[in-house]
Amino acid sequence: MTTIFDVITVGLFAASIRLATPITYASLGGIFSERVGIINIGLEGMMLSSAFCSVAISYFSNNPWLGLLGALLVGLLLGYLHAILTIKFSTNQIVSGVGINLFAIGFTAYMSQIIWGSRGASESVNGLGVISIPLLKDVPILGKIIGTHSPLVYLMFIVTAVSYIILFRMPIGLRIRAVGEHPAAADSAGIDVIRVKYLGVIISGMLAGLGGAFLSIGHVNLFVLGMTGGRGFIAMAAMIFGKWKPLRVFGASLLFGFADALQIRLQSLGILPPQIILMIPYIITIAVLAGFVGRATPPSDYKPYEKE
Amino acid sequence: MTQSLKETLQLIPVFSVFIGSIIDNVKKIWAQLLSIVLAFLTGAIILLVTGYSPIDAYSALLVGSFGNITSIGLTFSKATPIIFTALAFLFAYKSGLFNIGAEGQLIVGGFAAALVGISFPDLPSVIHVPFALLAATLVGGLWGLIPAVLKVWLGAHEVITTMMLSYVASHFTSYLVTYPFKAPGWVPQTLPISSSAELPRLLPSLQVSVSLFLSFLLIVITWYVFQKTSFGYEIRAIGLNSSTAENAGINVKRGMIFALVISGAMAGLGGAGEILGVHRRFIDGFSPGYGWDGLAVALVGGLHPVGVLFAAILFGALRSGGIVMTRVVGVPLDIIFLLQALVILFVATPKLVRYIVTRGNTK
Repeated sequence: MTTIFDVITVGLFAASIRLATPITYASLGGIFSERVGIINIGLEGMMLSSAFCSVAISYFSNNPWLGLLGALLVGLLLGYLHAILTIKFSTNQIVSGVGINLFAIGFTAYMSQIIWGSRGASESVNGLGVISIPLLKDVPILGKIIGTHSPLVYLMFIVTAVSYIILFRMPIGLRIRAVGEHPAAADSAGIDVIRVKYLGVIISGMLAGLGGAFLSIGHVNLFVLGMTGGRGFIAMAAMIFGKWKPLRVFGASLLFGFADALQIRLQSLGILPPQIILMIPYIITIAVLAGFVGRATPPSDYKPYEKE
Repeated sequence: MTQSLKETLQLIPVFSVFIGSIIDNVKKIWAQLLSIVLAFLTGAIILLVTGYSPIDAYSALLVGSFGNITSIGLTFSKATPIIFTALAFLFAYKSGLFNIGAEGQLIVGGFAAALVGISFPDLPSVIHVPFALLAATLVGGLWGLIPAVLKVWLGAHEVITTMMLSYVASHFTSYLVTYPFKAPGWVPQTLPISSSAELPRLLPSLQVSVSLFLSFLLIVITWYVFQKTSFGYEIRAIGLNSSTAENAGINVKRGMIFALVISGAMAGLGGAGEILGVHRRFIDGFSPGYGWDGLAVALVGGLHPVGVLFAAILFGALRSGGIVMTRVVGVPLDIIFLLQALVILFVATPKLVRYIVTRGNTK
């Protein structure tokens, strides 16, 4: 008889790390935006657009690395769009994010029909492939779990650490946090509040772009309609669960990645309904926000900043 | 005959008030229309660049949405659930709360309606239909009560909780129709509701059901509540400035809870309309994002109940006309979602629209 313990394998943990990767990138992106006082619920759309563009560029150029660059660029542009709308034109942050999400769904579905003549999925393209870490891959168990992955998985570890260092160990991080927590005080301390806000939201978009690129050219090597599947929102959940701190958020992303991997395994075994597991990240987030599982206080009141 | 004439005459004052409120908002309406035009112009550029004639595409869109009685019926059928979710968004918004979880409230409401529709096959229609609608209203309201309570007493941001609850609703109902309530067969759906619970359709061949009139009624009620009742006034006061409202002796917490519960109930009712009137059973994933459409339509409608009606018809027309546009001109259907997104972004950014227009003038 199959029990729940039979699915706990080395492969499950390796899959958890893969599935945690896009969530980690997007949730780190969420941190940078919210830390400067702007909610980015457009993460989902930014990921989706980047996933699409990296495949499209790889398709035309046969070079997945150009695709990766394209994903970063799309993330940058959409981040900039969100920034300019919310900061310069005082569009409501939620509405702008929803608009970007809907735009991404429409744009990617439309363009994939123009390019590949198919709404469901693109053709297969050259992906980034996987790399093995020489010594690590020979370590028993651990080597099987993290020894061989997409380069974007390894980059995730670096980006997480760098995000932590930037936000909590460098002067620029102090500025970013000050702009979110108390823009008026930051302003009187001589910080260019508007510029830091732009910076935060643009970084947010680029990180979401990396998450999107991983989904497409880092994982399945094609674009599938709606392939982000709500991961941008899961990323927001991870961001809140991790209390807007990169290392904790990484932990939360790993947990949600694990839940996702488990859900996929259980689907084939029919032990526990996958839908129940899919609900977990959302319920955890609600519990965290409500203070049932440790209090989560947002790093900003997210009000638009008007210079006096 | 005289009876129906009398009823018609009674409608005239209501109608003239509607017209009056339109005239009051002329300036706002121009701004909304301009945004819509800009969105369609941007869409035209995208069409041109990708090798389609915008004129052909847009005229097919128009014919497909208003060309004959069937297409008009389809337009209104697509507009109906969006009116409910837009009013839901609007009601919460007036109290200063962002309910972006109408999708989930619509889904759980639809499920509740389906459950009642299946469970009591012996009830007469006059009881069964209201019973199913009531169940949807209550369950939708409950789905709004959760974020309300979390917000008011525990300070949890309603944007996140309503959104997360949407996903919970969608996964949970998906579980329910895949396991305990699944009808035999491959599709995750319930058994059909009994015919006594069906909302009648306006014409046998059309999908549009009396749920449309229910949505009209809700528009009038919403308008009345905000214009003519002290409750509506209190809600608006809370939305404008909750601390001032508090000082003025308004119970802010109670007002917010009521607003979100009513908001959820409206979305739930919209879900019931879809299940009882269109699908006649609960199908997993029956809503193609009506909740998000509602947010958009509320904004495009200028956050006014009457504006919501016209904006919902526009969005319904895009959904119904899009099908014809794809068939006749061959443009991928998804251009309409692009158009919707553009409409939202332009409408939400009046400063940008003004910027574009004045730049055009100075050149």
